[in-house]
Amino acid sequence: MKIIVLVKQVPGTDSVKLDPITGVMVRTGKDTIINPLDENALAEAIRIKSTHPDVTITVVSMGPPSAMKAIKEAIAMGADGGVLVSGREFAGSDTIATAKVIAAGIKKSGTFDLILCGERATDGETGQTAAMIAHYLNVPAQTYVSALEILEDGVIVRRTVESGFERVQVPFPVLVSVNKDISDTGFPTLSGKLRAKNVEVPMWANAELGFDKSELGLTGSPTRVVKIFSPKLSRDTIMFKTNGTTKPIDELLSFLVSKDVV
Amino acid sequence: MSMYVNCSIAEAKNIADYKGVFILGEQRDGKIQAVTFELLTWGRGIADTLGCELSCVLLGDKINNMEEVILRGADKVFFIQDPVFKNFLPQPYSNAITRLVNEEKPEIIISGATTTGRTVMPLVAAKASTGLTADCTELTIDPETKLLLQTRPAIGGNIMATIKTPNTRPQMATVRPRSAKQSEIDTTRTGEIIVKKYEGSTIMTVEKFLEFIIDTTQAVSIEEADIIIAGGKGMKNAQGFKLVEELAELMGAAVGATRDAVELGWATYPHQVGLSGKTVSPKLIIALGIAGKIQFLAGMQTSDVIVAINKDPEAQIFKVADFGIVGDVFDVVPMLIEAVKKMKAKAIA
Repeated sequence: MKIIVLVKQVPGTDSVKLDPITGVMVRTGKDTIINPLDENALAEAIRIKSTHPDVTITVVSMGPPSAMKAIKEAIAMGADGGVLVSGREFAGSDTIATAKVIAAGIKKSGTFDLILCGERATDGETGQTAAMIAHYLNVPAQTYVSALEILEDGVIVRRTVESGFERVQVPFPVLVSVNKDISDTGFPTLSGKLRAKNVEVPMWANAELGFDKSELGLTGSPTRVVKIFSPKLSRDTIMFKTNGTTKPIDELLSFLVSKDVV
Repeated sequence: MSMYVNCSIAEAKNIADYKGVFILGEQRDGKIQAVTFELLTWGRGIADTLGCELSCVLLGDKINNMEEVILRGADKVFFIQDPVFKNFLPQPYSNAITRLVNEEKPEIIISGATTTGRTVMPLVAAKASTGLTADCTELTIDPETKLLLQTRPAIGGNIMATIKTPNTRPQMATVRPRSAKQSEIDTTRTGEIIVKKYEGSTIMTVEKFLEFIIDTTQAVSIEEADIIIAGGKGMKNAQGFKLVEELAELMGAAVGATRDAVELGWATYPHQVGLSGKTVSPKLIIALGIAGKIQFLAGMQTSDVIVAINKDPEAQIFKVADFGIVGDVFDVVPMLIEAVKKMKAKAIA
C-alpha cells in the first residue's frame, strides 16, 4: 500500500510575540516547523505502517527550496522518501492554483492508495487545499478525520463534526485530512536520520510538471488580495488586582452586565 | 474511479450571465441548522445591496419547516432531494451543488465555515474553476465594481486580508459561524420552494455513510457557544481544571482549553481553542490561568468581550482583554463562582 503524506512548512509560533502597541505579530526567530496537523497525519501514516509492513510513505511538499528541511525531518520521523515541488513560477498561487500544482506533483510521483494531510495549516488557515487536491486527482475527500480504520480495499473514517462524529466508508484511492486526535506525533529516530541523509529527494519545478504559465501563480489564481491590514488587537483593558475584598469580582460582574453578556 | 464524475465548467464563462446570491443551508436529521439563519442575514444584506434575488440551497431527503427559510429572508429555496443527501457526503453533495450552479448561475455563493461548508465549498470551487475565500468575518460589495469583497483573518488573526474574485464566477466564500446574528422571522414574506431531483452520475458515490454519533461529552460545542470559560496551565492539574468546568456549568457556558491543557489531558481536543484547535468568537470568553501564547490568542481574539484572570500582571492575555484581574485563579475563581450563584439566586427571586 502506498501512502502519500502532504506536509507544509510553516513559521514556528511558540517564539512569536505580539507587539504590545500595534498588536502585530513579531517573529523573534526565523524558525520553521512542519505544520503541526501535518505531523499528526505523518504520525498516522507511520502508525499504519507499523501494522502493515508493505506500506511505503512518500512525503510531498510545495514551498521554497528551504522546505526540503521539512521533508528530511519527515523522513527522519519515519517516511520512506519525498518530493519537493518548488519553483518561482508557483509563487503567488492561491488555493486553487496551489492544489493543481500539488496534485500534479502527486501524480508524477506515482500511484497511491491513501493521501493523508493536516486539516489546515497554521499560517494560511484556509483548510481548503486538501479537498481541492482531491478534486484535481479525481479521488474522494474525507475531512476533519480523527480516527482511521484500514480495510482490505478502503478505509472507514471517523469525522469530528460540530455536534459529534460521522463514520464513513470509502474505497481506495482516497484523500483524508486529519485533525489532532488522529495520532500522537512522533520523533526522529536514529535510523530515520540516517535515511534522511541518504535518500535523494527530487525537487520538481514547472519544467517537470509542464503547466501552461497562465495556470500558475497570480495569473492562475481566481482570487486576488485587495488589501492587507492589521486588526486592532489591543483593547482598553480595565485592570484590577486582588486585594482580599470582593471588589474586583463585583466590578467584573457589573462590567459583564453593562456589556449585556450575562 | 469510473463513478466519480467531473462536473467542471469547461466552456468560457460569461460573467454577466451570473446573477443572484446563493447561500448553502445545512440540515441534520431534517432539521435546518442555525448556521442557515446566520447565512440568511449575510445573504439578504448582499442581495439587497446588489438588488438581486437570494436563494437558499438545501440538500436532504426530508426537511422540516422549509418555509421558515423564506420567512427568514430567502426569495427561493432550491431543495435538492434524494435519500443520498440525508447525511453529508462530499461527493454527491459537491456534484449536485455544482450542477445546480451550472443551471442557475448565481454570482455569489456563501456557506458557513463549518466542517460541511469547508469541505463541500472547495470541491465546488474546483469543479467550477473559480475562487473561494475561507472563514470570512466580513463581506461587502464594492460600490464601483459590484464585486464581493471578502475579508478574513490570516496568520493567526494577526493580519486581515480583503480578497476578491474578479474574473470567474461564482464568487465563493465561507463565513465564520456566529459572525452574524440569525435573521428574524417575518411572517409577511413570501417565496418559492423548488424541488430538484437529480439522477445518474450526480447522485452516485463511492462514499458510504455508516452512522452519526452524538458527542455527549460536549454539552455545548465551543464554536456555537455564547459564552466560553477557558482554562490553561495555570489551573495546575486536572483537579484544578474542574474549577473551569464548574464555572462553565454555572454560566451555561462551553469549556475551552489551551493546547497545553489538552496535551496534559485535562480537557479533550474538541475543547481546544487556538491555531491547532478551534477558532471561536463568542460574546464572552473568560480566560483562567492562561498566559496568552499566540497559539491561543489566534483562536479567540475576535471574541466580543474578553476577560482574563491570571496571577502574572505581565501575561500577554491582558493585552487582548477588556477586563483583567491579576490574582491567583484559586482565590479569584471560587469568589466569582459564589458571586455568580448569588446573582442567579437574586434573578430568580
